Amino acid sequence: MKPIQSKEEYQTYVETKSPNSPIIKDCFNAFWVGGCICAIGQIIFEICKIRGIDETNSYTIVSMLLIFLSAFLTGLNIFNKIGKFAGAGSLIPITGFANSIVSPAMEYKSEGYVMGVGAKMFTVAGPVLVYGISSSIIVGLIYIIFHTQSITLI
Amino acid sequence: MDWFMVLKAFITGGIICIIGQVLIDKTKLTPARILVAFVTAGAILGGLGWYKYLIDFAGCGATVPLTGFGNLLAKGTITEVHSSGLIGAFTGGIKAASGGIAAAIFFGYIASLVSKPKIKKQ
Repeated sequence: MKPIQSKEEYQTYVETKSPNSPIIKDCFNAFWVGGCICAIGQIIFEICKIRGIDETNSYTIVSMLLIFLSAFLTGLNIFNKIGKFAGAGSLIPITGFANSIVSPAMEYKSEGYVMGVGAKMFTVAGPVLVYGISSSIIVGLIYIIFHTQSITLI
Repeated sequence: MDWFMVLKAFITGGIICIIGQVLIDKTKLTPARILVAFVTAGAILGGLGWYKYLIDFAGCGATVPLTGFGNLLAKGTITEVHSSGLIGAFTGGIKAASGGIAAAIFFGYIASLVSKPKIKKQ
């Protein structure tokens, strides 16, 4: 084998050697697992509607139950197997958010309950909350600028 | 029970997950960045008022993915701005999403307390 001289050569060498991820199969698995999670959510929502709970609270109940299920399954080491199989299918729904809180917390339990579990819980969830909350505040500020006529500033 | 709505939730949620899967396979973004991108995208779509049409169509197919979480933050902010002005821009988002955030922290903490990390067999 001839020695690798430049960066570009190395790049093409790596690309020929690294396995191609089967994108069609990945997408299919992501589709049906993600779809099933959303369908379970919708079934919970319909049950809430039959019981006469209003829409906003029903959506909150759906999120909370899915988060509970996901945290529970992650604790039992089942969710990680689903995640390996489904990829984005279990990552993108709110279950992925709960999983991203529980799995680092479990992993760093040996470092103690404050700086281990308490701090490492937010390795992935922290950025999500930071960017989500920041962008929502920016949305609110822009909304105020465009609707000053109808808004009383405090 | 409205089974047609369940089907629509299944298809819409699945399509949103496919978008995430294509991003993972094609762009080599880490999962954390994908989650951040989805939440931010949801907040922007919610701020523009477009995401509610998707929720009207698909129900939980739109609210369960993390874009729905972003939308909830933005929608809560706008509602609160209407009722209490500038201060609402800061209080509204977390107020609307508080159920999900509190549940994630509490259940996450309990689950990590009671579980034992898996020890790899040699």
